[in-house]
Amino acid sequence: MDPECSRLLPALCAVLADPRQPVADDTCLEKLLDWFTTVTAAGSSLLLLQENPCLVELLFRVLKSQDLSSRILSFSLRLAGIFAAQEDCFQYLQQGELLPMLFGEVGPLGGAAWTAPAVRSGWIQGLRTLAQHPSALRFLAACGAVDTIFSLQGDSSLFVASAAGQLLVHILDLAMRGPARGRCSPQACDWPACAQKIVCHIEDSLCSIATPQVTQALNVLTTVFGHCRGLWTQGLWVRLSPLVARLLEKDPVPASHSLVDLLLSVARSSVPSSDRGLWETLAQTLSHLSPTQAGPLALGILKLQDCPQALRTQAFGILLQPLACVLEAAAQAPGPPGLLGGAAGDPMTADTLLCSKSACVGLLCCALTHLGLLQPLPQRPSPWPQAPLLGAAVTVLRLCSGSVAPTSDVGGRLCAILVGCGRVQRAALDFLGALSQGAGPQESVTQVFSVLLEYLMSPESSSMVLKKAFQATLRWLLSSPKTPGCCDLDPRTQLFLRELLPVLQKRLCSPCWEVRDSGLEFLTQMTRHCGGQAGFRQALLASEVPELTKQLLQDPESYVRASAVTATGQLSSWALLAAPASPERPGAQQSLLVELLHVLCADSEGFPRRAVMQVFTEWLRDGHADVAEDPERFVARVLQAASRDPDWEVRAQGLELALVFLGQLLGPRGSHCPCAVALPETAPPGTLAQALPEAAPPGTLAQALQVLCRVQLFEFAFRALFDCDRPVAQKSCDLLLFLRAKAAPCGSPQEAGDSPNVASVEATLQRWQAGEQGQPLGYLEPGAVMAVLRSIDLEGLRDTLAESSDHVEKSPQSLLQDMLAAVGVLGENEADCY
Amino acid sequence: MKLYCLSGHPTLPCNVLKFKSTTVMLDCGLDMTSTLNFLPLPLVQSPRLSNLPGWSLKDGNAFLDKTELIDLSTVDVILISNYHCMMALPYITEHTGFTGTVYATEPTVQIGRLLMEELVNFIERVPKAQSASLWKNKDIQRLLPSPLKDAVEVSTWRRCYTMQEVNSALSKIQLVGYSQKIELFGAVQVTPLSSGYALGSSNWIIQSHYEKVSYVSGSSLLTTHPQPMDQASLKNSDVLILTGLTQIPTANPDGMVGEFCSNLALTVRNGGNVLVPCYPSGVIYDLLECLYQYIDSAGLSSIPFYFISPVANSSLEFSQIFAEWLCHNKQTKVYLPEPPFPHAELIQTNKLKHYPSIHGDFSNDFRQPCVVFTGHPSLRFGDVVHFMELWGKSSLNTVIFTEPDFSYLEALAPYQPLAMKCIYCPIDTRLNFIQVSKLLKEVQPLHVVCPEQYTQPPPAQSHRMDLMIDCQPPAMSYRRAEVLALPFKRRYEKIEIMPELADSLVPMEIKPGVSLATVSAVLHTKDNKHVLQPPPRPAQPTGGKKRKRASDDIPDCKVLKPLLSGSIPVDQFVQTLEKHGFSDIKVEDTAKGHIVLLQEAETLIQIEEDSTHIICDNDEMLRVRLRDLVLKFLQKF
Repeated sequence: MDPECSRLLPALCAVLADPRQPVADDTCLEKLLDWFTTVTAAGSSLLLLQENPCLVELLFRVLKSQDLSSRILSFSLRLAGIFAAQEDCFQYLQQGELLPMLFGEVGPLGGAAWTAPAVRSGWIQGLRTLAQHPSALRFLAACGAVDTIFSLQGDSSLFVASAAGQLLVHILDLAMRGPARGRCSPQACDWPACAQKIVCHIEDSLCSIATPQVTQALNVLTTVFGHCRGLWTQGLWVRLSPLVARLLEKDPVPASHSLVDLLLSVARSSVPSSDRGLWETLAQTLSHLSPTQAGPLALGILKLQDCPQALRTQAFGILLQPLACVLEAAAQAPGPPGLLGGAAGDPMTADTLLCSKSACVGLLCCALTHLGLLQPLPQRPSPWPQAPLLGAAVTVLRLCSGSVAPTSDVGGRLCAILVGCGRVQRAALDFLGALSQGAGPQESVTQVFSVLLEYLMSPESSSMVLKKAFQATLRWLLSSPKTPGCCDLDPRTQLFLRELLPVLQKRLCSPCWEVRDSGLEFLTQMTRHCGGQAGFRQALLASEVPELTKQLLQDPESYVRASAVTATGQLSSWALLAAPASPERPGAQQSLLVELLHVLCADSEGFPRRAVMQVFTEWLRDGHADVAEDPERFVARVLQAASRDPDWEVRAQGLELALVFLGQLLGPRGSHCPCAVALPETAPPGTLAQALPEAAPPGTLAQALQVLCRVQLFEFAFRALFDCDRPVAQKSCDLLLFLRAKAAPCGSPQEAGDSPNVASVEATLQRWQAGEQGQPLGYLEPGAVMAVLRSIDLEGLRDTLAESSDHVEKSPQSLLQDMLAAVGVLGENEADCY
Repeated sequence: MKLYCLSGHPTLPCNVLKFKSTTVMLDCGLDMTSTLNFLPLPLVQSPRLSNLPGWSLKDGNAFLDKTELIDLSTVDVILISNYHCMMALPYITEHTGFTGTVYATEPTVQIGRLLMEELVNFIERVPKAQSASLWKNKDIQRLLPSPLKDAVEVSTWRRCYTMQEVNSALSKIQLVGYSQKIELFGAVQVTPLSSGYALGSSNWIIQSHYEKVSYVSGSSLLTTHPQPMDQASLKNSDVLILTGLTQIPTANPDGMVGEFCSNLALTVRNGGNVLVPCYPSGVIYDLLECLYQYIDSAGLSSIPFYFISPVANSSLEFSQIFAEWLCHNKQTKVYLPEPPFPHAELIQTNKLKHYPSIHGDFSNDFRQPCVVFTGHPSLRFGDVVHFMELWGKSSLNTVIFTEPDFSYLEALAPYQPLAMKCIYCPIDTRLNFIQVSKLLKEVQPLHVVCPEQYTQPPPAQSHRMDLMIDCQPPAMSYRRAEVLALPFKRRYEKIEIMPELADSLVPMEIKPGVSLATVSAVLHTKDNKHVLQPPPRPAQPTGGKKRKRASDDIPDCKVLKPLLSGSIPVDQFVQTLEKHGFSDIKVEDTAKGHIVLLQEAETLIQIEEDSTHIICDNDEMLRVRLRDLVLKFLQKF
């Protein structure tokens, strides 16, 4: 600990122990604890206490004080725990009888302060930190803490209850770590007393008739098997598994959620390698739980890396049951074997489906979601019943829309329950989308497309359902097979597209902005992937969709305008916007570039402007025709607009565009700069400078610098360098570093030297740095730019920017000073943190 | 209590309820679907229509749904629930000898008048060149092509009424307000309640002291312009008559409004015109409000909206003055003060223009592309006929059907072949079956009575078990021309006691909280009210033949024996008997009570729950002794 902190500590301890000076901000206390944790991790706690006797004194004073706030008491308990985590310090505190006074019966435990959840929580956390060595175990046994922890498991505060459970696991682990030299015998006669006590308590709880107790025991065990790696856990399972199995004999099975969690936790641990009986228990559980409860367990089992095939089959059967029932109920006539190979649906599942709307919806949604999650996994069941699943998803969707007429009584009742149910519709559409990853028989795919079209057309589809329908449609369109021999869409998909586009057209006119937005998103994605395919182009150009999309640039809703910007940008990239101007609007043909520039300059909301910048960056990168005509002018106009933008994301995106431009100018002739182009947008700042490309040849560089000066890229970048938003400044710093490295061999230092131009630029930059950004830089000579670039300490700036914004105020001194200042001990208010 | 069902149309009901000596007609809707059998009445001579082969032009006749089930002159009152359900009123009040009163709210009457006025105007302004009625003869009718030859009871089809008849009919209406209690002959009380469907629309409570019948017709739980539905007052009904549910249970009004807007925008953007056949009041207010919010976002601000109806102006203005009948949001606007409906602003900014007909100003202002709202939704008469002829040939134009009353395919039939796009977005805000089942759970009537159409899924969607009323006990259904005995018996009647008579009563508490008193009085019944009056005093017997005769007229008031109550505890009774010297007593238990046997006296005392018999052989003395002992255990009053 540095001397300055040592100097401040006594005063702070005095303040903390003084009930007349309450600490208002308990984040300070948290920070203080963090600091002590760091200090004790770095050195001896014993030494710390000996050098700073005020700390022990604080603990004593806290114990004596009657009317101290609960948060200080809680803080002290946790602080004592931090110190006592080291065994020698623990002994030291024990000598002073401090620990029993804090954590024992005589401490807060018996007092009025115990009613505050913060104190109970502090007591648990203190013990949790303290319990690191065998002496701690003995202490816990001596002061009877374990019994208190047992009772805290049922605490009214969920945080306390959960922490109590975790503490039990920690103590058990600590106790068992010592003797666990080999596998423990389940008889446990050689288990430490503390562990014995805890395990007996768990056993008692498991046998209890009160469900909360069972739940507590199961939760503790779930944590044990999830976090403890010792071999003793295998012994523990052998000992407890009969009790767990006995829970299954009860009807209904108590605490089924927790039971499922426990079994999955055990199955993922090292237990299965030693105990094959676990699989037996899992199989039993699957058959005992109700269909709704068994779903999560079945999914968990199927996600396991290795488990017996029979169990996997059983689990998969459970997930498939609800859909099998639906298929069976909706079947017009006995058709081909359904999901379960012709076996009839489980009557229990059918009962659950029909007993109430909420049960039916819950079960179906779970089944659909679980199967959707399973679909992309490598360990998904094989063979995967793709065709029946497709059929089931389509049937569920049809039941929800009321467009299927089941003849059976069960089907009729299902239909009445599901009609118009948005939750099931959304889940089924998600699932249908997931199924697009696998092939399906021709007729199934036709059905999929027709049900998707039905949903997209239906006025009854809510905006969320429509969004999901668009997403599923996109996935199916993108996964549809290409015609062999050419890269175009197959005829069936083309037919579908021709039906789809009028629907999209109508959706783009919807009064509900969410619908217009999801329509545009769909169009963007579709164009991005299929923009080059003749079939798609033909269908799109024949429709009014491009024209409508362009009109939506004027939408009153900013999200829609942003999506319209992205969509038109994408359409224009693929030359799909060339719709003839309508006779009433002769000016409609004006270039999209001009329109988007207008959005960038004039739109009052950030989203559309950000979208424009992204579109422009993409255009520049891909050599869009309008841009390629005169890239210099384009970049100059965009940068000018972006530099004035109040939204930092727009300015940052401006730098991204500048970087692309730089890459194109300075990269190897005839190709893009590999670094700039390949750089993902999410690359962490600072990676750029380290991955510099080779320097450019001097001739090209001189020309390039001229161009950069003409488009005023430097003014933009220098301004951004002192931007009040850190990401912008960071990005600009990286860009300038990249440029400097690129230009390293070009020009000699004496070229610009100390010309008056450089001096004035530097002076201006200094003013900018000081926050006066009003003055323009004026036209810059390439030489002067390079000189300035060399003179600025860009590396230093980069390092400063990489620090978090509060690095100056984060030091422990600052924390102690702040806390003292807050209660007025320091007299003057030196630091204003917030 | 009986219900006479005169209409088979569930949303245009006409039922007569006989309840406690009153005859109440519930609504008198006019089913105009038969007009679809006729050719359109063009405003401008249409060569196409007049050159159609075979049948000459006919006027739009109307079909009144009623039978000879009941003599309508005996109807005491007519209760109207909303303006759509009063369109047959002139036929009843003017042609059946009806002498009663009609009850309706003010907006119902005013807007109902507008609808009738529009109808009469539409028909009368196109005088018929020829009229034919011989075809109604059954022998000729069966030679006609289908569907005419299959039409039932064409003889009851009537010519449209005149404005005179309308005025006369409306003059018989008495205005009422929500929750106002109206006494009918002292026998029953009727009360209108807000039903949330249209301006001034009501459900009715018909109740006596001990019975309550609720009549629910055309109600809505959606948040549209009218006052929300009053559900709480429908609770504890013995019978709930449920009519006027949504005609399109599968279409959600929100989705349909979205569909309406999207299609409208698509058409107009492409330079096409949009035609919306509609009634001059009702959903049009909500549509205009939606469009008010939508047109700017859809870039349609420059497109003119035309509302053409002989009553367009009145309808738009009436809507703004019935503030007390509007939903809360709109009511509060009035206090700002702002017009409750935003169509005022549309009119002010010239985005919405209204005209009485296509003649006159309209032809000067007319600009395309545009959106036209006009009637009649049947496409058989009104200005809509003109626009169908005008725009039907271009595929750029669109007709959007929003009124659910007519089949749009049948309405379009005489205009085929048609190039213009047709969109069907029926907007019906009345209750759907999910809402009904919630409502019934909430108000829990003992019995539900509804048209038979609601007790089974629609024929076209027989699998949709959700599209029917599902309640316990199952709803009683009725069909046209059926008489239904409503399933409850009247068991109590309220009787008043005059104060002086009440004063003379001496109640006696026979068990905690229950007191009894005997009453001698004269029951006086007048105007369905029953009153107990003190009996006239017996005249003093002063002798003389004449007087004596007078006193003979007075009801013979015999001296009354006291009434007995209580039960006889057998053990104590036996003890008492023993005390009084009876010995050799034997008690037998029987199914109904006990028999006490006095063997020595050869006497039997049968004690049962409601009777006691002393059987002894001609020993009157003994009987009286025993009787007095029995009486000791009973209370007398």
